[in-house]
Amino acid sequence: MSDTTFAPSYGPVAIPVRELLPWAIFAGLMLMLMIYFVGAEEGATSLIRGTAVHEFVHDGRHLLGFPCH
Amino acid sequence: MVGKLLLRGMLVGLVAGILAFAFARVYGEPQVDKAIAFEEQQAQAAGEAPEPEMVSRATQAGIGLATGVLVYGAALGGLFSLVFAYAYGRLGSLGPRGTSALLALLGFLAVIVVPSLKYPANPPAVGNPETIAYRTELFFIMIAVSIATMVAAVGLAQRLWVRLGAWNASIVAGLAFLLVFALVKAALPDINEVPENFSATVLWQFRVASLGIQLVLWTVVGLGFGAVAERVVAVRDQRGPARRYA
Repeated sequence: MSDTTFAPSYGPVAIPVRELLPWAIFAGLMLMLMIYFVGAEEGATSLIRGTAVHEFVHDGRHLLGFPCH
Repeated sequence: MVGKLLLRGMLVGLVAGILAFAFARVYGEPQVDKAIAFEEQQAQAAGEAPEPEMVSRATQAGIGLATGVLVYGAALGGLFSLVFAYAYGRLGSLGPRGTSALLALLGFLAVIVVPSLKYPANPPAVGNPETIAYRTELFFIMIAVSIATMVAAVGLAQRLWVRLGAWNASIVAGLAFLLVFALVKAALPDINEVPENFSATVLWQFRVASLGIQLVLWTVVGLGFGAVAERVVAVRDQRGPARRYA
């Protein structure tokens, strides 16, 4: 039990950036893509042809505050 | 560690999305319906043929709205957890609940409230389809500038912390944020595409409902995530930095 201490530290410990970075990049991109599809696809820019995505999430897009039409 | 936080963040975001959907359904949809009724009335008066309905109103206001708000909520919760993963342990001695609540408050201000003071949410019938690209661009520029300013303001507060104390350092940083916002607000072009005879009441209630939906989302994420993150970070905190990889 060499790691037993009499004055253990209970303060918050930051996550090192090198551990965080891969998550931030890959998950961050995926999550922003999700927001893009709800908020902007088939509006100003279009990855998929037509207006089906736009029409389907139409009310959410307006109510979440994104520019629409 | 980060993966665990991310998963929990997305789940809390999903719960926030469900509650926000209920809120949107009760307070938002009536305003959307009134705006669409106005739009149709205008089109009829102008002698235009009614727009063909690709997706029925019931679908748009039901499963469509739910999908939009839930996907947005999960994504918000996920992004929030990533920001938390960076901020935790770097914002003074704030614990997980405090960090989460503070981040949600600052995030709600920077991502939603401040940008919407410049470019507020608009119901259907408001907005010229020809300017959508321009409006979308300005909308995202405003959010990006607002987030950058908030990050800088938090950095400023931390720098002044020792010299001025937490309270005064936060006030100075807040004033700096307001000053930058005032300049940006004046520099970016205004957009007002509200039709002349559109109901002011509907517009106001729509915008309040829209802000309310965001308030529900950010409150649930801010308070909920702190509670679920506590168990994840507790393990590491008790080990201390030296035993990080144990």
